[in-house]
Amino acid sequence: MRVTVKLFATFRNGRFKVEERELPEGTQCRQVVADLSLTDDEIGIIMINGRHGMLDQELQPGDVLSLFPLVGGG
Amino acid sequence: MERSARADDARLLHIYQGARSSMDKIFRVNMTDLSTKIEAVPADWAGLGGRGLTSTIVAAEVPPTCHPLSAQNILCFAPGLLTGTPAANSGRLSAGAKSPLTGGIKESNAGGTAAQMLAKLGVKAMIIEGAPKDGTWYNLSVGVNGVTINEEKELLGLGNFAVIDAVEARLGKKTGVLTIGPAGELKMTAANISVKDPDSKIRSHGRGGLGAVMGSKQIKFISIDGEGAPGVKIADPEKFKTAARAFSKALLEHPVSGEGLPTYGTNVLVNILNEAGGLPTKNFSMGQFEAHDKISGETMNEVIASRSGKVKHGCHAGCIIQCSQVYNDKDGKYITSGFEYETIWGLGADCCIDNLDDIARADNLMDDIGIDSIETAVMFGVAMEAGILNWGDSKEMLRMLREEIGKGTALGRILGGGAASVGRTYGVTRVPVVKNQGIPAYDPRSVKGIGITYATSTMGADHTSGYTIATNILNVGGYVDPLKKEGQVELSRNLQIATAAVDSTGMCIFVAFPALDIPECLPALIDMINARFGIALTGDDVTNLGKHILKLERKFNTEAGFTNVHDRLPDFFKNEPVAPHNAVWDFTDAEIDAFWDF
Ligand code: SF4
Repeated sequence: MRVTVKLFATFRNGRFKVEERELPEGTQCRQVVADLSLTDDEIGIIMINGRHGMLDQELQPGDVLSLFPLVGGG
Repeated sequence: MERSARADDARLLHIYQGARSSMDKIFRVNMTDLSTKIEAVPADWAGLGGRGLTSTIVAAEVPPTCHPLSAQNILCFAPGLLTGTPAANSGRLSAGAKSPLTGGIKESNAGGTAAQMLAKLGVKAMIIEGAPKDGTWYNLSVGVNGVTINEEKELLGLGNFAVIDAVEARLGKKTGVLTIGPAGELKMTAANISVKDPDSKIRSHGRGGLGAVMGSKQIKFISIDGEGAPGVKIADPEKFKTAARAFSKALLEHPVSGEGLPTYGTNVLVNILNEAGGLPTKNFSMGQFEAHDKISGETMNEVIASRSGKVKHGCHAGCIIQCSQVYNDKDGKYITSGFEYETIWGLGADCCIDNLDDIARADNLMDDIGIDSIETAVMFGVAMEAGILNWGDSKEMLRMLREEIGKGTALGRILGGGAASVGRTYGVTRVPVVKNQGIPAYDPRSVKGIGITYATSTMGADHTSGYTIATNILNVGGYVDPLKKEGQVELSRNLQIATAAVDSTGMCIFVAFPALDIPECLPALIDMINARFGIALTGDDVTNLGKHILKLERKFNTEAGFTNVHDRLPDFFKNEPVAPHNAVWDFTDAEIDAFWDF
């Protein structure tokens, strides 16, 4: 299945802003994170199609997965 | 419940009286008879600072129904309880008055050098009352011996940067300055009060039109001379040092305050809110902005670095988070600093402007004219909806700032009155305000917790008074789903109570990020207060202080004519679903009113 992965803030360093990926059905977020050489601890916010997601969530075809480190403002 | 609240208040008063030994004073200025006084601190003000103190003073001394620009209103300034000590991030100043924008009580909080200078001079609060009977303008000079009132002619009509330069030339580089620009002189309800920062640039008491109150008292600027200041005495220096160390450690350890804010500033939020569908766009008609990447924190960070600006920068000495920055133009020349997410969102997404340099130029102009960058950004969104200028027309926006608002033309005065003023004048129905104050950078339909804060805050729509974005969006302090109603009222309530207390310490509100997640952080903050005054506040006392402040402010607003009907968002949030989640504002009136059940 095809999934769009978007990276933000420091996660972009040495990686990319946005990329389409071909993943096996049933892939969890955690696998994508590991493929990017990120650790679970580094992940601040996961969004799937603009909603907060979890590391063990299964991705669906066409999903947009956005990964942010823990950042904030106000 | 009433009874226990009274018992809590009595306990607080008792603790505070222990703090009375300090040498602090109240500086009082009367602009009607042009007299000044130094007064002892009343016993029940002794343990208060910052917002707790300004709101107490406004509630005690301002008739709630008075016209905010009349002689009956006061303008007061108070450093926080920890300001002037070596505590990290404690140099914030509170300004208080009845707001000409909202018609309710107002506390507005800013960085800059003034708070620490006032605290070191032993000024617990400065209260300015009355108003001149003729057209004469003045400046105030504050120093160890009190305040003097001087007639001012030369600097009238000038922008804030010129005022700061001129005051430094007159009185010396180290002089602290609080000033108003043309917007304040003309008593526009979006006018702010500018505070000189360590680089002789500007931070602002932005919201609620306090610049107009200063203008109504015909004070162009206040200078502060720190010469001979006795400094802040700490009752238990050893205990203070230990607590201050633990506190700084927590600030530096937390990923948001230790790394996120210094690297990207607050503007990192553009992309996050855009992803979450909560970035109000085109005057709150959409939740995502196509050109978000052009104005994002990531882009801004690259631009600043490539133009030899400064990525991190503090608004006052002692800030170790440093969310601020210095933004230069293509030739490496200074355009602006303290360039915040709310300003960039407002002129960017909400006005569909994708030119970050022009937004930076507008930020600098707003500092110079002395007008709130949030209110003005929201206002331009409404003005574009009204057809006064085209969506995305940054050049016309800059011209209007300079030529209309800056020069006080008839149109400029309407624009300078803020979002509601423009909406009313031009018959716009989508006007994002609560209690007449512009709604900032988070859509309450798709981030519901912040909607409860906008609706119920005693300040009018104000994100900082209960920043649920932390928990709704940023996973700080747990997680409450932003699109569901469950848990939002409680979240907003807890945050508003905590914020009222933190706003009294002189701390920058960003200490809340580590405080929500790191267990040692809040106790260290309380220990610093206890060590400073030689008292024994507990965590519960601090919560009770926050509750006490909110209730005091609400009582003022009630007496000024506000009812629960004013604790509501504009109707369009109920009737117009916002993409991409097609979310609407769906709280019942009773659900919102339950906020006050404490
Ligand atoms: S973190 Fe930002 S707002 Fe807070 S004190 Fe530092 S520079 Fe000022």
